Amino acid sequence: MAGPRRTWGVYMADLVVARKEGLFCEPGQFYIDPWQPVDRAIITHAHADHARPGHTHYLAALPGADILKSRLGDIQLETLAYGEHVIHNGVTVSFHPAGHVLGSAQVRLEYRGETWVVSGDYKLEPDGTCDSFETVPCDTFITESTFGLPIYRWQAASDIFKDINVWWRSNAEKGRASVLFCYAFGKAQRILNGIDNSIGPIICHGAAETLNRIYRNAGISLPDTLTVSDASSKAGFREALVIAPPSSAGSPWLRRFGDYSDAFASGWMLLRGARRRRAVDRGFVLSDHADWPGLMRAITATGAQRVIVTHGHVDVMVRWLRENSLDASAFETEYGTNEEDNAAENESVAFKESHA
Amino acid sequence: MRDFARLYNELDATTATLGKLEALKRYFSHVEPANAAWAVYFLAGGKPRQTISTKFLRQFSTEMSGIPEWLFDECYQAVGDLAETIAHILPPPSHETSIPLANWMEERIIPLRNETPEKTREALFSYWNELETQQRFVLIKLISGAFRVGVSKLLVVRALSELAGLDAKIIAQRMMGWTDSALQPSAERYSLLIAAQSEFEHRNKDGHPYPFFLAHPLQISPQADPQVLGDIRQWQIEWKYDGIRAQLVQRNGQSWLWSRGEDLITDRFPEISGISLPDGTVIDGEIVIWKNGSPAPFADLQKRIGRKSLSSRILNEFPAAFIAFDLLEHRGQDIRHIIQSERRSRLKDVVCSIDVPGLILSPLVDAPDWHRLGIMRNTSRSRAVEGMMLKSVSAQYGIGRTKERGIWWKWKIDPYTVDAVLVYAQRGHGRRASLYTDYTFAVWDSGGSGDSDPPGERKLVPFAKAYSGLTDREIARVDAVIRRTTIEKFGPVRSVRPTMVFEIGFEGIAPSPRHKAGVAVRFPRMLRIRDDKKVDEADTLDMLKAMLPNPYRKAALTSSVGSPP
Ligand SMILES: [Zn+2]
Ligand SMILES: [Zn+2]
Repeated sequence: MAGPRRTWGVYMADLVVARKEGLFCEPGQFYIDPWQPVDRAIITHAHADHARPGHTHYLAALPGADILKSRLGDIQLETLAYGEHVIHNGVTVSFHPAGHVLGSAQVRLEYRGETWVVSGDYKLEPDGTCDSFETVPCDTFITESTFGLPIYRWQAASDIFKDINVWWRSNAEKGRASVLFCYAFGKAQRILNGIDNSIGPIICHGAAETLNRIYRNAGISLPDTLTVSDASSKAGFREALVIAPPSSAGSPWLRRFGDYSDAFASGWMLLRGARRRRAVDRGFVLSDHADWPGLMRAITATGAQRVIVTHGHVDVMVRWLRENSLDASAFETEYGTNEEDNAAENESVAFKESHA
Repeated sequence: MRDFARLYNELDATTATLGKLEALKRYFSHVEPANAAWAVYFLAGGKPRQTISTKFLRQFSTEMSGIPEWLFDECYQAVGDLAETIAHILPPPSHETSIPLANWMEERIIPLRNETPEKTREALFSYWNELETQQRFVLIKLISGAFRVGVSKLLVVRALSELAGLDAKIIAQRMMGWTDSALQPSAERYSLLIAAQSEFEHRNKDGHPYPFFLAHPLQISPQADPQVLGDIRQWQIEWKYDGIRAQLVQRNGQSWLWSRGEDLITDRFPEISGISLPDGTVIDGEIVIWKNGSPAPFADLQKRIGRKSLSSRILNEFPAAFIAFDLLEHRGQDIRHIIQSERRSRLKDVVCSIDVPGLILSPLVDAPDWHRLGIMRNTSRSRAVEGMMLKSVSAQYGIGRTKERGIWWKWKIDPYTVDAVLVYAQRGHGRRASLYTDYTFAVWDSGGSGDSDPPGERKLVPFAKAYSGLTDREIARVDAVIRRTTIEKFGPVRSVRPTMVFEIGFEGIAPSPRHKAGVAVRFPRMLRIRDDKKVDEADTLDMLKAMLPNPYRKAALTSSVGSPP
C-alpha cells in the first residue's frame, strides 16, 4: 500500500494537505473551504460550514455566485463556469457539479500530471434544483462522509415527496396547517420543486424566501410561495404547507398557525432516536448528501487509487476502504468527526441561515 | 404485519396521548380478531420467549448484508438499537408480501423456536427479503423478545372500551392475565375481550387478579407542611414497604399469587400462596422477607426472586411474608367500589381470622397532625421501609394511576446522597443514542487496605452507574465536557479525566463483594451537578460505608406504630 509520504509531519509530495486554516494546495498557494481567514480561498458551496467570511480572494463556481454574495456580502469573488479552468501557480483548477445544492461543486486540481478532486458535499441522486453530480476521474479523491455508515440508504426522493404530499393533504382536509422544518438553503428549494403545489398555498419563512428568489433568478422552477404577510386570512393558513427553518421551532412566528402538524425533513430522520429528539409528528428522510451506497459508487467511479476522507464518519470509511484494497487515509478537519458533531454543525448552520 | 408496523410507527412517533388513542382505535377498528389478539398481547407488554438469540440475529444479518462485524458494531453504536440497526443494514427487499400478524406469529415466528440454525437462517433471509425497513424492524423486535412501545396498558384498555362501548373497568378486568405465556392469543379470546357484558362476568375470572391501583408520588419537601391534603383524619396512613407488590387470589379452592407485572409467582412463594383464605378472596399487598418481626432489605428478597427451585435452606434463611393492605374481593364479590376505610375493616376481619405468620395486616400509622407524621416518617429508614402511603379514606380502588375516585399518595423518604466524581461515560440508547448519557461515578478511597496501595494515597473507586436525573440541556453540557476530557475510548465507553462532581441519590445500600467498592447502591440517580465542588472535595468510600444499614439497629416494626382503629 502506497501510504502518504510523511516527513516531519508534512505530506511532502501531496497536492493537498490539511493545515490549521483548512485544506491547502501547496503548489497553488490556495485553500479549499478554509475555516480561518486566508488570502486565497476556493469555495465548494455556500453552506456556512464551507463558505466562511474573512478571506481576501474567493474563487467559486458561477451558479453559486449570487448565493455566496447574499450570504457573505461584498466579497472579492471570481467565478468559473462548470468545466471551465484557470491555472494558478501551475495548478489547473476547475469546478464540476456536486449535485448537493445550487452552485455546489467538486474542485478538480491538476499539477504535473497528477489529478486530485476535492468533493465538497455531494449527492448522486438527480435533483431539479441543481446540476447533477458528475464523476471526475482522478488519482486522489478527497471525499466527504457525512452519512458514511451502511445504515444510511435513501429511498428515492420522489417517494419522499409523495409521502409529504399525503401528509400535507390529510392535514389540509382536517383544516390543520402543515409545518415542515427544513434547512433554508437547498433542502427548502428541493422540497418546493418536488411537491404537488396544487394541494394548498405554500408559505415560506423569510430565511427560505431569500434563497427562493435567487433560485428563481437562476431559472430553477419553484412554485409560487407566500410570506406570512401575503397570506390574507388565518383560514388560508389551515390548508397551507409552511416551510420553516428548524430554529423557528417554538417561535412566535409559528404560533400564528395554530394547531398545526409538524414534520422535519433531513437524512438524520432515518433513525428513531433522531426523530424522537426532534419531537415532531413526522420525520421525512430526505438528504442532500450521498448515502452509503452513493459514497461507494462515487468513490469507485472516480477510479482513484487513493482516497482521503473528511467530514463525517471518517474512521469507519477509512477502515472499510482499506479493507477493500484502496489506499485510504483521513484529513483532520474542523467539521466534527462523527454524526452527532455533524448534526450539531448542521443545526448551527441552520440557525445562522434562519437569521440571515 | 404492515398494519401492525404502521401502528407501531404511529405510537412511537407521537407523545400525545390523544394521538396514540386515535391510532389504536384506527387499528383495532379494522383488523381481524386473530391479529387484534396478538396486537393486544404485545401492546399489553406480552413478551414471548426469544425465538432467535441475539448472537444469531447479528450473525445472520451481517452475512446477508455482507459487512464485517466491526462495521456492524459501528452501526449499532450510531443507532443504539439492535433491531433498528439490522433493519437498516439489510439490502432492500426484492418483493413485498402482506401476511397478517397472527400468521406471522403462529406460522412463521413461533415454529422457528425448534428449528436448526441453518433452517432459521434460511427462513430469516427469506422473511427479511419481503419486508421494508419499518416492518423488518418490528419483526426483529418480535422475534428477539424485545418489543416495547410507548403505550400504557390503560390506554389500550381505553381504546378497546371506546370501540366496544363497554366500561373500561370491564375490559381491564378481562385483560388481566392476557399476557400470561401459557395462553396463546386467539380470535376467540379477543372476541370475548370485547364482547357485551354478561350477567356471569365474575364467574369467568378464573385465577386472574384485578388491575393494580397505583400510587402517585407526593412532591413535597420535608420542610413543607403537607397541609395541602387537608384533615389528616381523612387519610389512612401506612408504611411503604420495599418488596414486591402482589395480589393473592383464592377462588374455587385454589390460590394464585400475581406480581404487579402480572407474572404468576405462585410457586416462588409457597409460604404465601399456601395461606388458606376463604374462597372468593383477593388481597392486595406486598411480599417482603420477614425476619425477627421486621422486613429485611430488598437485597434479601432478590435472593428469592428468579429461583425456580427453593431449597429448605433458602426458605429458612429468607422467609417471605405477605403484608396485606387491601381487600379487593370479599365473599366472591368485587368490592373495589367500596370506600377504603370499609375495605380496610373487612380486610382486618379476614386477616385476623387466619392466624398464620406469613400473613401480616399492614399496620396503620397514627399521628395527630401532619407535622408529627413527618417526624415519624423520618424513622422510616430504621424501620427498613421506604416512607409512607397516604390513602384517602373514601377512595375506591382504581385502575392503574387513575385519580377520579380517590387517590393513593406515596410519601417516600429522601434518598441517601453522596457527592461523587464522573469517571466513565457511555452512550445512551434510543432517543439519546448519540449522546454520552450513562455515567459511572466514583468516590475517594483513602487506600491502605490492600497491600499494593500505600496508605494515604487517595484514589477514585467507582461505585455506581447512573443515567437519569439530568435535563436535556445538562446532558448536552456534560456530553461536551466528556468529549473534551476523554482519556481513552473502549468501544462505546470513554474514560474521562476527573473534573465533574455530581450529587448522587440512591434508595438503598448493601455490602457487595462483587463490586470494587465493596458496596452496591440501589436506584442511583443524579440529583444535580455540583459545579461548586472541586473533585478533591467529593465524598469518600468511608462515608459511603457508614450508610450501610446496621442489622442490629433496626427497630421492631410493630412496636412503635399506632394501633389500628
Ligand atoms: Zn453542504
Ligand atoms: Zn458540509
